[in-house]
Amino acid sequence: MFEAIAFYLFSFLTIAMFYITVTTSQALYALSALAAGMIFISAFFFILGADFLGAVQIVVYSGAVMALYAFGMMFFDTTRDVKEKKGNKYLITGLATLAAILVVVIVSAPLIGENISAYYPMTEGAGNTQEIGMVLFTKYLVPFELAAVMLLVAMISGIVLAGKKMDLSLTLMSDREIIEMREEKNKKVLL
Amino acid sequence: MMEIGLNHYLVLSTILFSIGLVGVMRRKNLLMLFFATEILLNSVNISFAAISHFYGDLTGQMFAFFVIAIAASEVAVGLGLLIVWHKRHNAIDLDLMSTMKG
Repeated sequence: MFEAIAFYLFSFLTIAMFYITVTTSQALYALSALAAGMIFISAFFFILGADFLGAVQIVVYSGAVMALYAFGMMFFDTTRDVKEKKGNKYLITGLATLAAILVVVIVSAPLIGENISAYYPMTEGAGNTQEIGMVLFTKYLVPFELAAVMLLVAMISGIVLAGKKMDLSLTLMSDREIIEMREEKNKKVLL
Repeated sequence: MMEIGLNHYLVLSTILFSIGLVGVMRRKNLLMLFFATEILLNSVNISFAAISHFYGDLTGQMFAFFVIAIAASEVAVGLGLLIVWHKRHNAIDLDLMSTMKG
């Protein structure tokens, strides 16, 4: 009973928030609506008993990703209205719905089969976080490490792309060039 | 109606995925396009978690974690590239990115 109420309430809220994100012409509204939608999605994870996933969803999406977007938006002119493509609205909606149904059919096609058994069944008497730790650090250790390397690469690329004067290398410059660069910098500060 | 099953979650995932796809198709601003891709990734995460719950298997949750990791790194690299593009061209419209047009 309560599960049904929570499901319908949060699905309504999530759909409304994401609809605002997709249709609004203000970038700031879109960002706020997206952050709210992420929080509401974590409610589904809590309903489904995936507590750790819900906490990660809040921490990573609403914390890290939204903060990154907020910082990124400071670079762009966000007060201006976003221009829209003038396309056939019904065609776009129809194609999107068709593609989404296709994806869900592809994902859920194996579920229709008869003999489905769990690869890594849930352990009795263990919490969700404990179970995830046990599976993640045994069966999925290599993908986990690969994900860590990928995040490191993404972090370095983010720093290099967004940082200033990242095309200069102090180790490849002569001493005089470095001194000149520092003097120029000091001049700018004094001015 | 009152008993929430796997189909309810899959239908919700479909609705959210189609909203995200509509966003990807109609947006011209690249920042808004990134928002739409986040919606796509999140809708898939819901169906993964639901399948994981209703079949008593943790694999779905594992894949949801990896999807979250990929989304985080995608945002970092994408925003970095977007900032570089904005510094050079002072605009982040998709229509301007036609330098590879033959």
